[in-house]
Amino acid sequence: MNYITKATLMAGTIIVSSTAANAVEIDYWQYIFDTRVAAVDQLIEQFEEANPDITVNHVTFPYADYQTRVVAANMSGNGPDVLQMFYGWTDNFVNGGVLQPLPTDVFPTEEIEADFFPIVTAMKRGDDYYGLPTAVRSLALFYNKDLFAEAGIDNPPETLDELVDYASRLAVKDSGGNYTTVGLTVEMGGQDHQWWREVLVRQFGGEPYSADYSTVTYDSEAGLAATQWYTDLTTKHEVGYTGFMDEGQAAFRAGRAAMTIDGTFRLGSFRDIEGFEWGVAELPANAEGLRSNYASYFANGIGAGAEGEELEAAAKFLQYLSSPEAMQLWLEVVGELPARPEVALTEANLADPIYAPFLKGLEYAHTTTFVDEQAQRQVTMDMANRVFLQGQSVEDTLAEAAAAEQAIIDRAR
Amino acid sequence: MAMTQISPQSAPRLSMRMRRAIWVWAFLALPVLFYSVIRFYPTIDAFRLSFTNWNLMSPPEYIGLQNYREMFASAEFWKVFRNTFAYLIIGTPISLFLSFIIAYFLDRIRFGHTFLRALYFLPFITTASAMGWVWRWFYQPAPTGVINSVLGAVGMGQLDFLRSTTWALPSIMVTAIWAGLGFQIIIFMAGLRSIPQTYYEAAKIDGVGDFAILRKITLPLLKPTTIFLVVFSSIGFLRIFDQVYNMTTNDPGGPLGSTKPLVLMIYQTAFNSYQMGAAAAQTVVLFTILLIISLLQLWILRTR
Repeated sequence: MNYITKATLMAGTIIVSSTAANAVEIDYWQYIFDTRVAAVDQLIEQFEEANPDITVNHVTFPYADYQTRVVAANMSGNGPDVLQMFYGWTDNFVNGGVLQPLPTDVFPTEEIEADFFPIVTAMKRGDDYYGLPTAVRSLALFYNKDLFAEAGIDNPPETLDELVDYASRLAVKDSGGNYTTVGLTVEMGGQDHQWWREVLVRQFGGEPYSADYSTVTYDSEAGLAATQWYTDLTTKHEVGYTGFMDEGQAAFRAGRAAMTIDGTFRLGSFRDIEGFEWGVAELPANAEGLRSNYASYFANGIGAGAEGEELEAAAKFLQYLSSPEAMQLWLEVVGELPARPEVALTEANLADPIYAPFLKGLEYAHTTTFVDEQAQRQVTMDMANRVFLQGQSVEDTLAEAAAAEQAIIDRAR
Repeated sequence: MAMTQISPQSAPRLSMRMRRAIWVWAFLALPVLFYSVIRFYPTIDAFRLSFTNWNLMSPPEYIGLQNYREMFASAEFWKVFRNTFAYLIIGTPISLFLSFIIAYFLDRIRFGHTFLRALYFLPFITTASAMGWVWRWFYQPAPTGVINSVLGAVGMGQLDFLRSTTWALPSIMVTAIWAGLGFQIIIFMAGLRSIPQTYYEAAKIDGVGDFAILRKITLPLLKPTTIFLVVFSSIGFLRIFDQVYNMTTNDPGGPLGSTKPLVLMIYQTAFNSYQMGAAAAQTVVLFTILLIISLLQLWILRTR
């Protein structure tokens, strides 16, 4: 109410004085993804209503060249005031002077760390925060309820052993020995590389990296066991293979994969599946009950070029983007989980059969600090492919992968 | 030509020539400027950047030959180098041979000639990415892939095509050859049509056989066309990108880098890893290869 009164007064002043002095325009950048664009449009509308002296221009680019655009615009001094970015780009953007630290008067560090899920620290460099997420993502096991019923399996797997057991029972081959249905999608290029890195390696007793993610540590006995277990899915248990139906998510959508591991961001595209019922379960635990998960997010940061009243407006807008209201709207429109526990862990969300497994995953999730996500993913894909396509031993392929990834990390640091 | 024949006898004539030259250059200035800014400057700048370490964000830092040393020491680069030449050395002869055979026989038929010609040309005007995706699905394992489904139906084993480190490159090459075939056929047919009929008539009167005519008359007289197509197709295969990228998006240039050409590597180095200096060094290598091959072919053309 107060806002509206203020707004009316403000509008009145603007008309009377007829100066544009207190009208600030800021640019907000993100990549094109229908629901995200729609959500931001709604958020901007509400924000402008509350802050009539600020105009937010919503600028979008295709994901493929989003990063390049940000960097190029920053070089020419036309960068955005507020921008959306993957947490994994932080190092590059901070070192490259694309971002500026969030003003601590508006975003006190203690408050951030108290109000957001702990994974927010991936945005911290030194004592400064460089961005805040609206929503976070985690992984879960999607399963096809119809195929489970046909196979006489009542519940999704709770443990890794059950996962292997169910998946091999659910895989179907024709007389020629070709899969017609896979029990579990096996695809490092999808989300499996995250699953292997942050979940399996830990469940087999290892650590994928040193605490600051500067050293690869999965070249260990635990890493070996995890990799052996993963590649056995195809080579020993024959639950599925990489490339079946082109992509794991395509196979699941087509009802030809009984299970697939994927993230919250897949909910949107799986929601319009009509041919069968599907459910979501927490990622299976190991025999000792240890669970892990990989969480990631897109954060909003403030561009290095914003200063003066633009910086003030940018901070205000960022504050709104990371507010509980914005998170609720994001959940409803985009389907991604709120980044504040107070908004995420509501009774309604925890009772929701689809959100609950993802939310539980957030509690014990890890967030990998990537220096070059695509290159590091490629290393993991190649690691699995050397076993699948060239019959290399797991020991050798793991050592080769660890060396390759360490080189990528060293080069970037 | 016409200008030089006007003899510069008097002052007004000379100024007329001058004026004409000014006019000519006034019109030429725009494309020259355009090419300087869009083509020549970036090309030359790539050489400079190849000696720097630059991630687009911080200013380029001069590091001498380090990019080249690292590139030549990397196994991945040599794999990509071999792949690029595999596309060139296998792709160019096969595509030229096929297009010549088709053009040669298409030239002899009257029934359905236009229709067939249009059919062959169709892939050339289709978007490369759309084509890449269609072929990618052709190559899938059964039950989705057409080729493997047919093989399965006749009781034969499955072929891994894009999932095999041996067969992925040839599989992509088939798509690339098929895509360029239409253009080459049209050019070959134009070449065939431009050979004067009198040679053939004379040969027939002398009782020369079909094969001898092909060998002694058609092929030699078709040499300019062939050379043009060799150059054109070689450059095309050296710059192959669309088909590879679209057919292997899940694992670009994979599996295990077995299909990755130089251009894709440059793209990844520059726009995924943001190592502009290293990407510039790779570009310089590609530029040099293209230059050598073009010069070589010009030289062959000259000693005709």
